[in-house]
Order: sequence, then C-alpha cells, then structure tokens
Amino acid sequence: MGGSVKVYVPCDAAALSVGADETAAAIAAAAKKRNIKIDIVRNGSRGMLWLEPLVEVATPDGRIAYGPVRADDVETLFDAGFLSGGDHTLAHGKTEDIAYFANQQRLTFMRCGVIDPLDLSDYEAHGGLAGLRKALTMAPEEIVDAVTASGLRGRGGAGFPAGVKWKTALAAPGAEKYICCNADEGDSGTFADRMLMEGDPFSLLEGMVIAGLAVGAETGFIYIRSEYPHAIRTMRRAVELFSSAGWLSDDITGGGKRFDIHIRVGAGAYICGEESSMLESLEGKRGQVKVKPPIPAISGLFGKPTIVNNVLTLATTPIILAKGAEYYSNFGDGKSRGTQPFQLAGDIARGGLVETAFGVTLRELVETFGGGTRSGIPVRAVQAGGPLGAYIPASGFDVAMTYEAMAADGAMLGHGGVVVFNDSVDMARQARFAMEFCEIESCGKCTPCRIGAVRGKEVIDRIIANESRDQNFEILSDLCGLMTDASLCAMGGLTPMPVQSAIKHFPEDFGG
Amino acid sequence: MVTLIDTSQEPLIREICDRHQNKPDELLEILHDIQATDGYISDGALKIVADALNISRAEAHGVVSFYHDFRRTAPPQATIKICRAEACQAVGSEELAHYAEATLNTKFGDAAEGADFGLKAVYCLGNCALGPAMMIDETLYGRVTPERFDAVCEDQRTNRRQ
Repeated sequence: MGGSVKVYVPCDAAALSVGADETAAAIAAAAKKRNIKIDIVRNGSRGMLWLEPLVEVATPDGRIAYGPVRADDVETLFDAGFLSGGDHTLAHGKTEDIAYFANQQRLTFMRCGVIDPLDLSDYEAHGGLAGLRKALTMAPEEIVDAVTASGLRGRGGAGFPAGVKWKTALAAPGAEKYICCNADEGDSGTFADRMLMEGDPFSLLEGMVIAGLAVGAETGFIYIRSEYPHAIRTMRRAVELFSSAGWLSDDITGGGKRFDIHIRVGAGAYICGEESSMLESLEGKRGQVKVKPPIPAISGLFGKPTIVNNVLTLATTPIILAKGAEYYSNFGDGKSRGTQPFQLAGDIARGGLVETAFGVTLRELVETFGGGTRSGIPVRAVQAGGPLGAYIPASGFDVAMTYEAMAADGAMLGHGGVVVFNDSVDMARQARFAMEFCEIESCGKCTPCRIGAVRGKEVIDRIIANESRDQNFEILSDLCGLMTDASLCAMGGLTPMPVQSAIKHFPEDFGG
Repeated sequence: MVTLIDTSQEPLIREICDRHQNKPDELLEILHDIQATDGYISDGALKIVADALNISRAEAHGVVSFYHDFRRTAPPQATIKICRAEACQAVGSEELAHYAEATLNTKFGDAAEGADFGLKAVYCLGNCALGPAMMIDETLYGRVTPERFDAVCEDQRTNRRQ
C-alpha cells in the first residue's frame, strides 16, 4: 500500500469526553517517533460509544477497529502492528462486521463515523448531495409528495408526518418563509442530533436546502443548544464550507434558487425544544410557549410560514430524494415508516446509537444490542422517550418500538432515547424528579404546568413520607389528569407520564 | 433605578451589538458574546444592550432571567456543570453531585465571585451512554468517578498557577 496509512480517531464529543484527543496525540507522537507516515482523520462516531475512543485503521481489507484506546495503549498498538490490522486485545476486527453495527440499518447515519465530517468531497463520495441535486430538478410539489410518500414523521418526538407539514407551508401564501431546524436536543438519554451534527453536518444542511426548495423558503435557522459546543463549532464551519462551495448562495449552482442558513445558540432552557418556544427564542425573546393555532407552518417565525423540523427529520430527506420514497418506506412497521436512530443510555453495557427499522423490540435494544447493564446489576426499568416518557418494567420489554405500539402501552417513542436503570433505582424518587424537572424547566406560561409541577412534587413527598396515603394518591391522580388535559404544551402535558407509569408498574417503591 | 454605566465597558458592548446589527432577534447571541467576554451580564451592560437594540430594559432583563445560561453576577473562577438528568442518575450522578459538594465545600447554585469552583446542575450534556457526565467551559468529561473528578479539579488548579 503506497502513501500514508489512514487512522481514524473520532472528534465526537462523547469520544472526546473519554480522551479521544489524548489518544490522537499519542498516535501522532508514536508514529513520529517510529518515523512512520500516517494520516489521522478526525471522523464522527460510529455510535459504539462503549468502545470510545474507537480507533480505526484503513487496510486493504477494510477498516479495522480498536477500542477503547486510551493514550497509554498506543505504544502496545504500534508494537502489535495495528497499522496493518495487527491483532491486539483491543482489536475488534472489521468495524462493519461488529455485530452491534452490522445488525443496524443505517440510512440517516449512513456516513456518520465513516467520513471526515468537514470534507465536502468525502461527503459527496459517500452519496452526499445526490438528494439535493435531484431536488433541484423537481417542482416543489414533487419534493413534498416524495417526502409524504416516504412516510417520514417528525423525529423530534411528536411524530407528525413531515410531508403534511411541508404541504401546509408550501400552500401558505407569502414570499417570506423559513426553515427552522430544532437542534435543542434536551431530552436526557438522547444524543443522536449531536452525533449527526458532529459526524455528518452536511447532511443536515442538504436537508434544509431541500426543505427550502420544497416550500419556497430562502432562509434557514439551526437552533442548537448551548450544551453542545462541539456541534455548534462543527455546524458553523460546515455552513461556511457549504456556502463557499456554492450550495448556500443567491444562485445555487446557477439554477436561480437561493438559500442561506444561520446558526443560533440556545441558552440552557429545556422548553426551547418545544417548537413555539424555540421560535420565540429565535426572535430574541423569552422562550415561552405560544397557543396554537396558528400552527408555525401558517404563522411561525416573525409571523411567516415556517417549517420546524428536528435535525434527524431534515437530515433524512436527502436519502429519501436520492433513493426514492419507496426505498425509505420499505423499512418500518405499520404507520411508523423508515428507520429510527435509537439511543441506548444510562446503565447499559453497550451504550450508543442503534439505527434500525421501526418495529425492533425494546428487549432487542436493551439486551441484544445493549448487553444488559454496565454495572452487572439486573435491569429494573427503562425510561423511553426522554424525561417526559414512561418508565417501562422489564416485563414490558417485548413492545415493538413504533409510535403506535408504544402509545398502546401507555408509553412513547419520543426522540428514541432508551435509558436503562438497574435494580437499585428508587422509582418514587424518579417520579418526584419528573415533577421537579418540570418545575425547573416550565416556561411559566400556563398554570397546570407552572403550579402543578410544584404541587406534584409536594404530594409525592407526602406519599413517600407515608402521610394520608389514600388521599394524596387521589390528589396526585387528579393533578396528573389536570396537567395532561389542560397544559399548553407537552412539558406539563406529559410530565404525568413518567409519574403515573412509575406508580403503576412499581407501586412497591411508594412506601406504605 | 439609576444604573451607572462603566464607560470603559461601553465601547465593547456597543461593538458586540453592532456585530449583530443591533437586531433584537439576535439578543441571545449578543448576551452570549457579552458573557463570553465579561463572565456575566452586568446592570450596565444590560442598559447599553437595551439602548442599542431599542428595547426596554425590562424586556432585556426578562430575556436574561428566563435562560439558565445567563448570569447577573460575576462568576467563580471555574464552573463545573454536572449533569443531573435521568441517564446520568442511572449511573450515579447524584452520588457524584454530593461528592462534589462535599469536596469543594460548596453548594449547587451561584458561587461567589472569584470562588475557586462553582457547581451548576445541568440537565443533559448529550453524553448519556458515558455518564456521569460533566463539563467545564467547553470541555466534556464522561464516566466521571470521584477520582476523575478530583483529578480534573487538580488539573484546573495547576493550569491556573501556570
């Protein structure tokens, strides 16, 4: 093999959090010491986070994985000849043959961890820009129809059909429209948006331009939470590169279409993941929820028709256009079409990102992919769908991960987060935390959420203290019903879900 | 209320507002920039921003106070943000939080100006498979044990001495 060997060391924030920079520096130093020329590529993460820092070496047979590689493992890797795929205790063979990875169906994340995130030619060589090129030859209605036919639903959590939203915005009159990408991924247990922005930022930009072409918008905003500094940096750089390559301009590739994208940074408010709150925040205001209607597709940012979609929703549209709606809709189950990037988190042996068709069971995710708990203590519960999602006991793990099956079980899929708790978890404490979190993060606009969360926390405290249990359970039940029915948005409306599921499935934890 | 403007600060704040074309919709960006420079949003800074953007001080204050990120008082030397959300709770973040409070002899919340370390609870840093997670400035740490916590604090102190 001529030239220098390519060595991949992720620059994903999760990999950095366990020493990827130190590992990369140690590899560079060791190669220099040995006078070997190598080319270190800082890729995104493959999503096998328990193996991070996951170092890959490009060999004629494919990329060979080593992990987790700490800086002080590097000398022994060189001694083992890892640059030609040599065996080592940290070796896992070909990356793409690792069962965790091989058993996934990667569509949205097809390039994440594979390419150099900020190399546009690498992006294009791996299928990037094909969707946008196609979209440039299509009428807006045709683009919307393709997205509708693909069955793509909003990946932020609500699962609203993307095509319907786009159609509404397309039909809305007005010369000025906006595409707003919701990258305020605040749900605990979720990190797919972050991984995608850090590992394949151009796919999001491509998706936003496609959305712009589809509805006649010329300006896009990406609202990224401030807790994601790495993603913010990568996206800002990606916008510059995409722009200088002509894909964001007043005349995209000379076809007379224009689009521009601005990055905006949140300021630590969970509620800004709610779309109307995010739009207020984008206008420089307090992120308070607004009453709907009007829906944003009719009257959104600055009162103009606005598409608000999650990172994953937008980043999935390029592949739908490139490969056709049918290709995408052939994955999935029932009305949940396509693939969902699930995120395995909490006390889990093999935590990370698993993108697979809807319909996989929770048990397969937790046990087959995840390998049970990291601590070795038996699994007791999973919280699916973020802090507003239900706690599911191990006996309920055979549920299929689709929007419909989860809802039928009193749970929700949300943004695809799966947080595993071991047997030591105190479910009364988790229920109390759900109320406390709502108290901390409520925007304060509506009373059921603002006051209900505080009262809910107090009532749970009384139950835990064994004060007038029957009455307090009744009060809590009333309160949960009121919050569900009368809150303005999902924050207050869904906080009862973790609370009531905890009581239902784990009554023994509530004293008495 | 009379707010005295620090005249040495004014040109800088004006420059930041100008960089954002004095647009009210860029208020969050402006506040982030000011905080990155000054460490917090002072009364004087707030007044200048309100003036530059042609909004009321009350509106500007309403925005500053809504978001957890913005501070109205000078920060400690370093703020350690510990994730206290569910995925990290599942792997012992509450124990870490209590350990941090005990070793640093401080409570979560605003630490005094210039204090050695301040502790801030955050709800998710997006590192949910490698918790407990924490962040100092823009550096993210995963699988933080008490030992690693101590080592990171010690590194911070060493860096300051240099």
